[in-house]
Amino acid sequence: MAFISEQEYQNLQHRHRKARVFQRCCAAVTWASVFLLAVLLYQVCADGLGWLDWQFFNSFPSRFPDRAGLKSALVGTLWMIALVAVFSIPVGISSALYLEEFAGKGKFAKFVELNIANLSGVPSIVYGILGLAIFVRYFALERSLISGALTMSLLILPTIIIAGREAIRGVPMSIRYAALSLGATRWQTTWAHVLPASFPGIMTGVILALSRAIGETAPLILIGAMTFVAFLPQGPMDSFTALPIQIYNWVSRPQPEFHELAAAGIIVLLVVLLLMNATAIYIRSRTERRLK
Amino acid sequence: MSTMENADLVNDRKKILQPAVLDLKEVSVLYSGKAAVKKVSCQILRNRITAIIGPSGCGKSTLLRSLNRMNDFVDGVTIEGEILFADQNLYGIEVDPVQVRRRIGMVFQKPNPFPKSIYNNIAWGPSINGYTGSMDELVERSLSQAALWDEVKDRLQESALNLSGGQQQRLCIARALAMEPQVLLMDEPCSALDPISTSRIEDLLFELKTHYTIVIVTHNMQQAARISDYTAFMEMGIMIEFGETDQIFTRPNIKRTEEYVTGRFG
Repeated sequence: MAFISEQEYQNLQHRHRKARVFQRCCAAVTWASVFLLAVLLYQVCADGLGWLDWQFFNSFPSRFPDRAGLKSALVGTLWMIALVAVFSIPVGISSALYLEEFAGKGKFAKFVELNIANLSGVPSIVYGILGLAIFVRYFALERSLISGALTMSLLILPTIIIAGREAIRGVPMSIRYAALSLGATRWQTTWAHVLPASFPGIMTGVILALSRAIGETAPLILIGAMTFVAFLPQGPMDSFTALPIQIYNWVSRPQPEFHELAAAGIIVLLVVLLLMNATAIYIRSRTERRLK
Repeated sequence: MSTMENADLVNDRKKILQPAVLDLKEVSVLYSGKAAVKKVSCQILRNRITAIIGPSGCGKSTLLRSLNRMNDFVDGVTIEGEILFADQNLYGIEVDPVQVRRRIGMVFQKPNPFPKSIYNNIAWGPSINGYTGSMDELVERSLSQAALWDEVKDRLQESALNLSGGQQQRLCIARALAMEPQVLLMDEPCSALDPISTSRIEDLLFELKTHYTIVIVTHNMQQAARISDYTAFMEMGIMIEFGETDQIFTRPNIKRTEEYVTGRFG
């Protein structure tokens, strides 16, 4: 090249080489994790796919692998997620709205904010102990669906609140000013404009939080979800089991058939999770198109 | 000295012709103790357009926002002095700021329509304030007043975000007019618009002043000269001079005003 000196050229080549090395390192690390996931999925599918049939979905646990299924676990999980949604969505959205729109920036708000951030990092087993002490023992709700759902709600509330605040903060201030300048109260502004504009973002956070609750095992073990439930829960006060518990139970048995049943259970759990995450992504992409 | 007395006389005569809607008495606005507006006194007269001009950061927007208590939403703002509106201090403890904003409307620098239909952009304000008349008529009247009706009458249910910038700003004006405010505050309403949209809005202001009292903040001196009846020049939070627009632009009493309007700084 005519317009640069030999030394500049060498230097440039060296910098390009460095960039390529770095780029390849990043690619290798990325693909390594994808590869691990693929291996995992392959292993699980190879073990479990053969067991996925109607009988598997429509049977209660059994001592005989051929007759065992996850009916009670699947129904228990659905029950629990429904209850968790009922408890955590109103509380989470209200808290997020209060902290963003009404609490101001005082010391109290800062204190609450810090604590919520800390709570989201507390290990789930600690929530299990809390649920055991408060809901199971103190409120005497026993080892019921409602104890499990309340504990899970506590566990995911910080996530919902943080995601909700993020979405609410994303609503431009100019929208609030427009409403307020028309003689709206803060509440009217929030209800008619801020909440609708941030709702898809809030729901994305809620769904991701709920899918975390579906996969959690430790708190449920602590509050005493049962591992062998041969009936369907009829109401929130009934005892129950859930998918991760059922999987855990099957894995810990010595017979290899049960390990394959566990793999089939994992596939079901993964499909449920993927469906929920896909819903969240779909909602998010729709909002991005709607808001500027 | 004599010219200043003359100007006062002219102002006095105007005051007799048009009553003051807003009477500012030594108004100071402080951001956490630091004064952004310092002891401003002036009167905003009915059915007149008052322009506030001055270099960036002179406090003109801050002053405007204090006229309908939009500064309440900024942390650490305190107001001193009095702003009388119908003989009532806007900052008196018995005054509900929601009622202030309902009567003193505002149009912002950047068009900020709600992400809703054109119709609902207009109808929302009146509906939350308990409007009981025909909403369709009110929507049509407001859009017509803002010279937007003909362009949007066939697509009232479309999203307001599909409108062009100039149309959006006229929609925001229509939205403010739907509340039938006594005063309309405008914070650089044309600064985000192209020249054609700007001139449409200027024409519009001219018509609106037969029914409304308008206070407009602008960094565009030609605009102030074209549309306003009174002009206030501010610098560093101080209202340097206030008077009829002709007088401010052709024979200002204060050297600093002259330097600004002739473009020597700012």
